[in-house]
Amino acid sequence: MKITPADLEAIRGRMEPLLAPRSDHREDAGRGKRLDLLVCAGTGCVSNNSLKVKTALEKELEKHQLQDDIRVITTGCNGFCANGPIVVVKPDDIFYQLLTEEDVPHLVEEHFLKGRPVERLMYRLAENDAPIPRMREIPFFGKQQLIALANRGLVDPENIDEYIGLGGYRALAKALTGMTPEAVIQEIKASGLRGRGGAGFPTGRKWEFCRNAPGEEKYIICNADEGDPGAFMDRSIVESDPHALLEGMLIGARAIGARHGFIYIRGEYPLALERLTQAIEQAHDYGLLGEDILGTGFSFEITVSKGAGAFVCGEETSLIGSLEGKLPEPRVRPPFPAQSGYMGKPTNINNVETWANVPHIINRGAAWFSSIGTESSKGTKVFSLVGKVVNTGLVEVPMGISMREIVFDIGGGIPDGKKFKAVQTGGPSGGCIPESLLDTPVDYESLAQAGSIMGSGGMIVMDENNCMVEVARYFVSFTQEESCGKCSPCREGTWHMKNILTDITEGKGREGDLELLEKMGRLIKDTALCGLGNTAPNPVLTTIRYFREEYEAHIRDKRCPAGVCKALIRYLIDPEKCTGCQACFKNCPVNCIAGERKKVHVIDQSRCIKCGMCHSVCNFDAVRIE
Amino acid sequence: MEQAEKIQSIVERYSSGKSSLIAVMQDVAQEFGYLPEEVLQDVARRIEVPISTFYSLATFYKSFRLEPIGRKHVCVCVGTACHVRGAERVVDTLERELQIRAGETTKDGNYTLETVNCLGACALGPLVTVNGEYFGKIDQKKTARLLKQLRSQVEADGGEAGAADGGAS
Repeated sequence: MKITPADLEAIRGRMEPLLAPRSDHREDAGRGKRLDLLVCAGTGCVSNNSLKVKTALEKELEKHQLQDDIRVITTGCNGFCANGPIVVVKPDDIFYQLLTEEDVPHLVEEHFLKGRPVERLMYRLAENDAPIPRMREIPFFGKQQLIALANRGLVDPENIDEYIGLGGYRALAKALTGMTPEAVIQEIKASGLRGRGGAGFPTGRKWEFCRNAPGEEKYIICNADEGDPGAFMDRSIVESDPHALLEGMLIGARAIGARHGFIYIRGEYPLALERLTQAIEQAHDYGLLGEDILGTGFSFEITVSKGAGAFVCGEETSLIGSLEGKLPEPRVRPPFPAQSGYMGKPTNINNVETWANVPHIINRGAAWFSSIGTESSKGTKVFSLVGKVVNTGLVEVPMGISMREIVFDIGGGIPDGKKFKAVQTGGPSGGCIPESLLDTPVDYESLAQAGSIMGSGGMIVMDENNCMVEVARYFVSFTQEESCGKCSPCREGTWHMKNILTDITEGKGREGDLELLEKMGRLIKDTALCGLGNTAPNPVLTTIRYFREEYEAHIRDKRCPAGVCKALIRYLIDPEKCTGCQACFKNCPVNCIAGERKKVHVIDQSRCIKCGMCHSVCNFDAVRIE
Repeated sequence: MEQAEKIQSIVERYSSGKSSLIAVMQDVAQEFGYLPEEVLQDVARRIEVPISTFYSLATFYKSFRLEPIGRKHVCVCVGTACHVRGAERVVDTLERELQIRAGETTKDGNYTLETVNCLGACALGPLVTVNGEYFGKIDQKKTARLLKQLRSQVEADGGEAGAADGGAS
């Protein structure tokens, strides 16, 4: 069926009563009539068996003949991954967390038959605090502002009608029927939207370059090859709201004058790929992709390409090379892809989050978008907040918010009463920001000033038990391994940096190493061919800048203050705490622990391989690291 | 389906030309579990692209394997979130217990140990997957327990004997 703008409105009208329970403002109007149970089916929750919870819910509701009044809907990532599986009850906005199949019968009986929401399954700030029943009152959600993730946890990503019902494809209709391509570009330019993939180039200008480039045939590409370890923003958007991405690309294609687009998606994201493929099929069925879209004469096709695992593909020219079937080695720019990209034709690349912002800007206007954020960084940014933080998850915050607010107010601080040490932004090529700079506002310029980058949105929190030298070694090992090898600063430079850092963590550091690392780091930044090499030294340079004493302790005192670097630590059993339970004795893989039952155990240091097993199995906190 | 037919059907799925090589290789890997040399040779002949091109792509990208995979594919996420929560210790434990390095397969074909740069389920970190099943929040203690479980499964499935042909079929 090929639909027209009028049909879109008709679908919206038809869906409205169905979706009513999910709009917050109808909280009371919907009560007693119908409920929607939104089950999170993002990768995190699915890995935690949320689909089993869903099946159990459906069965239990059927048992009580409630299936017509209470619908169970699977949604994309809710964001609060730490507490999955999650079910949100709409319109009441009741948030249930950490659910298991066993919880379901009680939950259905109490809440849906007797009308008594189950406090035991609700969120609490601390164990003995009162439960917080409503999702929007939970601090994790309170400071967030959703644009790119507007539909997260609200829409069934496998049902295009739900997307349309919530206002989807309205921006496309507006761009196709009421705006010239130039006006679309003007709107994006005026909004101040900058690329969310890393470098932060103004999106509208990028589009304009490509539109103005000579040539009939043009391409657009969505980079969904999210390579940063510890980052899953793009995966979540694709999983939870794939049509937002398609709509953004359609609008961009119209503005730029492209008839063909590619989505280059990471191979390790099977669920996202599945949802995307399905969304494309559904859009095709409605004629929202293909020829003569919405009867306007505009035609556009999308091809999905699965990445094969190469971090360097995050670089535009590499990604294009990969799409062309070549080795994904970056090339010198200019010419920029806007002049000569895929198959030598003008090409525009944006990442998933950038595209997902576009429909909102067209719908609500540039003035609205640019009212959010700071002077130079407009709108919001999605971060995956991970590592040593209580509320691991996906957050979308207005630009300009401070790191402290993200880590402590939204993230709930550091688990187990440990002390905050650093937060790393920008993926393996970003920098580590220390406590003294926690009040840094999150915008492109402030992060750069602190020696880091915005990057695509990974935010990794570290505590006192993380060794910054070891962390720097980890990141450089990553970039060294992912370096394509084309230019020598990156190929050779990262290799040497990795070796020096490994030496330091193994107690073989020498005086002068830090100066050498700094010199090399600056050189690699200045001379490498592409963004991978230009940013690879960032983790090293920032950790030396902010945690120099920690490096010096490794080099001069042969000591790892955080107790991480194997060559510099010893495991010892505290005679005061050891109960002689023999757990360590039994589990030591090299049998180097001596001790009889109920007597203090001792580790034979000469044979200890420092695997940490004893530390991991001790229930009495008796094994300490020195 | 005969091997030759399978190969032909993969090749036919794509338009000719270099740009679909990666997709062809992904389909071969999907079908055979890895990229067997004789299959690549056959594909190369059919689409008239030198085998060296396939080899260069297969060794550049992380997701391609030139050897069959063990019956238990153990994958440790070493993304940053998992790393700062101690994934390296998990890798150490697995390497020590299985007596292979990450990236290798045990001689009996029972286990392949790999590391992956991020599975995007950071809340569950450190995270291990075995044949696609997730085991989250894992430490050395739980790793030892998981191995025990895997070993008894392998034993129940007939252990080494059945693994002689590895992942190839």
